[in-house]
Amino acid sequence: MAETTPVLEIRDLCIDFRTQHGVARAVEKLSFSIGAREILGLVGESGSGKTISMLASVGLINDPNAMISGSIRYKGRELIGLSGRALRHVRGREIAMIFQDPMTAMTPVHSIGWQIVEQIQAHEAISWKAAKLRAIDLLGMMGMPSPATQFDRYPHQLSGGLRQRAMIAMALSCDPSLLIADEPTTALDVTVQAQILALLEKLRRDFNSSIILITHDMGVVAQIADRVMVMYAGRLVERGTTQDVFAHPGHPYTQGLLAAIPPIEGPKPRRLAAIPGTPPSPGAMPPGCPFEPRCVLRFAACDERPKLMPRGAQDVACFLPASAAP
Amino acid sequence: MVFVLFGISVLVFLIFFATPGADPAARIAGHNATPEMLAAVRHDFGFDRPMPVQYALMMKRLFISQDLTSFVNRGEAVIPEIMAGAPITLSLVAGAAVLWVIGGIAIGVAAALTRGGITDRALMIAGLIGVSMPVFWVGEVANLLTQSRLHHSWLFSWVPPLGYTALSEDPFLWFKTLLIPWASLALLYMGLYGRVLRASLIEAYQEDFIRTARAKGLSETRILLRHALRTSLITFVSLFGLDFGALVGGGALLTEVVFGLQGVGKLTFDALQNLDLPVIMATVMYSSFFVVGANAAVDVAYALLDPRVRYKRG
Repeated sequence: MAETTPVLEIRDLCIDFRTQHGVARAVEKLSFSIGAREILGLVGESGSGKTISMLASVGLINDPNAMISGSIRYKGRELIGLSGRALRHVRGREIAMIFQDPMTAMTPVHSIGWQIVEQIQAHEAISWKAAKLRAIDLLGMMGMPSPATQFDRYPHQLSGGLRQRAMIAMALSCDPSLLIADEPTTALDVTVQAQILALLEKLRRDFNSSIILITHDMGVVAQIADRVMVMYAGRLVERGTTQDVFAHPGHPYTQGLLAAIPPIEGPKPRRLAAIPGTPPSPGAMPPGCPFEPRCVLRFAACDERPKLMPRGAQDVACFLPASAAP
Repeated sequence: MVFVLFGISVLVFLIFFATPGADPAARIAGHNATPEMLAAVRHDFGFDRPMPVQYALMMKRLFISQDLTSFVNRGEAVIPEIMAGAPITLSLVAGAAVLWVIGGIAIGVAAALTRGGITDRALMIAGLIGVSMPVFWVGEVANLLTQSRLHHSWLFSWVPPLGYTALSEDPFLWFKTLLIPWASLALLYMGLYGRVLRASLIEAYQEDFIRTARAKGLSETRILLRHALRTSLITFVSLFGLDFGALVGGGALLTEVVFGLQGVGKLTFDALQNLDLPVIMATVMYSSFFVVGANAAVDVAYALLDPRVRYKRG
């Protein structure tokens, strides 16, 4: 694969929804790219537009009121405007997705093996038997004990961790080059979470996959992501390597997120640090910086909307001079 | 099941005998009966014996000796009558069921896919009209058109006169005589099933697993058939089992009366008009048997369709 062509390149992606009160912008001018074998962490709170922009990139937004513009290139090929049939060949085969709650994300009336075989057969002319062997193989690779038995089991018979492994096995069944993982560990408890993260790490090694990891958990990002993007109210506010962003966060919002991580050592704080207020709704976006109403460091310049500008090693959308950052 | 049937039989028996003002002897003897005549009738039919004895006797004659006879047409055995009526009812209901299941699925799927659109609205309104039209009225109108007004036009000249021909006698005639009754009966259920399936499909389409199925790159047809419809079928099947059982058990009474089909429903209808207890008792037993049986069948179907039910028990 040519190292120069990114696996996925998104440029100026805007997502608008027509509502009763006019058009609401859910995602504004999102641009980023992800290279081969890279793990990219996409962080933000609920409603910041991280999931929807990823859904949009594989054409999974079915809402007739949604308007999507910009450019989404997969290995140089434009996906926006592609026909449903053509997009179907990309989905599942080239770009796979796993979702937050593995309980509801699998059809309850089919066995997990059946669902994996279904995906393989949707993209390849392969006999049921061969597909089944591959599925069992995959389940084994995902660390499922006795995969041949698990093949015939139904989603409700598995624990959350095993279900998520089955989901990942299904996502990888056609050897995609890009895996989008939407909060894959949120519904799981901490030990299982660590196992799943280790599994994702292994995927990059063994399958050469690039992974976009959507999460609101900074700890998860710190563990496995190479680069981090922080989204707030539909906008990218900070972007950089994990090391840089964690060492010297540029945007006050990122600083707030990092401050909210409970310390592992030292005395337990009486209360965790929190960012006051709630994010603005897409229908009532402030004219200036969207974070301005909640920001403790706001000043006169914040009445205008900041652009994503390079600052040091990372990109930050904030008017604060670099020296003001802690 | 035996317990349910027992309960129902006791209930029917009590309603018949213990309701004040419903003295069966007085009905049988007629309006101007003398007290002597009344006493004679009472003795003749065994109404002067204690209630539990009467009940036990009736059950014995219904289930064990199987020679229960009608109160109204004396000497006419009840069980053969039901045996004669059952195939007619079964033909009527089974044929209608095929129509309404196919129609219901077609309507439900079409409406769910065009949700909010013109097709959806038109189908839902049509379904509502179908549900609201009483079957006896639809049947009468159908009869009026196919038997008299338009009978000689090219469209309905094939319709045979009302009545029933056994399938074993002349399968084609059987089909022709039943087609109009099938359609009238199915019309009612088709609308209902279409609406239920539409709601169930729309609900299924909001589930996460549909999004997963899309993310897997499956075709829309496959998502519809193997994921959405497959999960919606659970509601559909349970509804179907209960309706089918009730109809076979005599619930298609009005259709049978309108189309002159001598089925179990018609039998119940006549028996109710004459307060003919043995026949009522027998038809009620027969229909409870089907309703209870259908319930059991639904449970089995549940387990087949939904693995979550299957393993909770095992």
